[in-house]
Amino acid sequence: MIELNRVSRSFTVGDQQVGALRDIDLSIAAGDYVSIMGPSGSGKSTLLNLIGLLDRPSSGTYKLDGGDVTALSDEQQARVRSEKIGFVFQSFHLVPRLTAAMNIELPLILAGISPAERKARVEKLLENYGLTDRADHRPDQLSGGQRQRVAIARATIMHPAVLLADEPTGNLDQTTGKEVMNLLEQLVEQNVTLILVTHDPVIGGRAHRQIHMVDGQITGENKSSAEL
Amino acid sequence: MRRCEFIRTGHDLRANEFAPTNAVISAMKLIDIVQFASGSLRGSPARTLLMMLAMSIGVAAVVVLTALGEGARRYVVNQFSSLGTNLVIVLPGRTETAGLGPGMLLGQVPREISLDDADALLRSRAVKRIAPLTIGSATLSRDALNREVVVLGSTSDLLEVRHMSIGIGKFLPPGDIHESASVCVLGNQIRRELFGNEQAVGQWVRLGDRRFRVIGILASQGESMGMRTDELVIVPVASAHQLFNTSGLFRVLIEANSREVIEQAKRDAEQIMFQRHGGEKDVTVITQDAVLATFDRILTALTMAVGGIASISLAVAGVLIMNVMLIAVSQRIKEIGLLKALGAPAKQIRNLFFAEAALLSAIGSASGLVLGYTGSAIIGQIYPSLPVSPPWWAVLAACGTALGTGILFSVWPARRAARLDPVAALAGR
Repeated sequence: MIELNRVSRSFTVGDQQVGALRDIDLSIAAGDYVSIMGPSGSGKSTLLNLIGLLDRPSSGTYKLDGGDVTALSDEQQARVRSEKIGFVFQSFHLVPRLTAAMNIELPLILAGISPAERKARVEKLLENYGLTDRADHRPDQLSGGQRQRVAIARATIMHPAVLLADEPTGNLDQTTGKEVMNLLEQLVEQNVTLILVTHDPVIGGRAHRQIHMVDGQITGENKSSAEL
Repeated sequence: MRRCEFIRTGHDLRANEFAPTNAVISAMKLIDIVQFASGSLRGSPARTLLMMLAMSIGVAAVVVLTALGEGARRYVVNQFSSLGTNLVIVLPGRTETAGLGPGMLLGQVPREISLDDADALLRSRAVKRIAPLTIGSATLSRDALNREVVVLGSTSDLLEVRHMSIGIGKFLPPGDIHESASVCVLGNQIRRELFGNEQAVGQWVRLGDRRFRVIGILASQGESMGMRTDELVIVPVASAHQLFNTSGLFRVLIEANSREVIEQAKRDAEQIMFQRHGGEKDVTVITQDAVLATFDRILTALTMAVGGIASISLAVAGVLIMNVMLIAVSQRIKEIGLLKALGAPAKQIRNLFFAEAALLSAIGSASGLVLGYTGSAIIGQIYPSLPVSPPWWAVLAACGTALGTGILFSVWPARRAARLDPVAALAGR
């Protein structure tokens, strides 16, 4: 599904080149549940952004679904993001002026899907996530857990194959965080590939594969059959 | 493990199947673009209102100012046509500055136009009727009352040629141009001053050293191109010549048969005068059309200039839009990052910002039109004689400029938004 081959990413800070990622080799199978852990500044978010096509590697190749996506144009990459990748962010990133339903609908609107189908899909998802009575609330009228549920609904409404979550529980209390993790893990059961970035070993430990990063390099990997 | 509440209540995520979507992914629909743009405009009402205000003031300024210019133009055109239609005017002397002619060296003044000259003009088939004019001033008196008046000597056809109308009684009688009947027609104000509420028609008045019988009163027409018909005394042209002891005409007004033969009438008049004056071109023939066209050109140019100046305010509004759009881009940087993460290509984000600017300009120009037309209507109420109405080209140009500048000045902010790095934008940098 995802194949990274000697991928590096460096930033220019002042007149110095700083390597955020160094020669990453990583392959993730479809339906995998992977957590990327490491201290801050270890490059785990950069890696996630690369996988999500929000960023381009300085060198190396990235194959998604067998096709090389490194060389795609911006527009082609945007299309891949729209069709195959869903994002869940630590700070939810909901559009403040839009209601919960409209936030969920956003990817469908951008993809030019007909209003009738949009409405049906949004309603179904609102129901699945227990948000039907919150549909017309704006983000500032929702609790943290509800916001993240809206964000997850939005990330999954295009039926992506890959779900990328960057510290999805970082802004939530422990109970709500667990609820959100349960939601994400249920998606894995439906064969969605979930890649999770976290610095919390408890959260990260739940993944089937745990990748540890330090200083832009993968330093180790655990496989576990942790509870699901 | 504690299962979360919304799962426990029976919502089963498994119902949400993750089969690849069959829906055709295409470009964002236009209606959705418009809706999204209007949504973000509503999201910051104060900013939107201010920008719309700037736009609508610009459009309203163009509409009102061109309406005024157009009103002035139409006012002049109306004044000219109230003077008579298809008019050709013959006046003595050349207005050309062709240097010294042989006549001037001999101390001659240009030959005058005689009554026979005027009569001869009727030979042209393009000429419908003529009205010779002699003008002068004399003292008009009745009993002890007297005042200085402008006396116009002419013929019965003047009424038709100059589009005058008679109020009471009759105009000058038709007949021989050389006959110096002692009758006169008075302007309405003169009648009032001399006769008050008394019956004027049939009474005798003294004009200079001659007595005239009043046969008619002109209808009150107000001012027409600088000549107040209300303060005019009209007598037969031959009588006027005797009164002023002259034989030359001040003007000959010619009414052509139709608009098409105005040029023909002008050429004929020149030809006839040329022959009668022994092969000398010593008269000037002008057409009212030519004068009118000149005025028309000048006033249209003036209207356009005024409109152009007003449209500068539209450019200023455009700069304002750009400024506020740039602020909006940095305020909504996270949203732009999110749209990119959700799969919006750069082009789409650019279009969203264009749509916002276009919508803003469209609503702005619409309210500007309302404002402008209301303003024109108010001016029309205050100055009823001025036919105030904005010309269609100015309305089109104002709206076009508003839309154009709105979109043009949003190019830079929109490109800036489209080029944002998604990672940095999501982080709010």
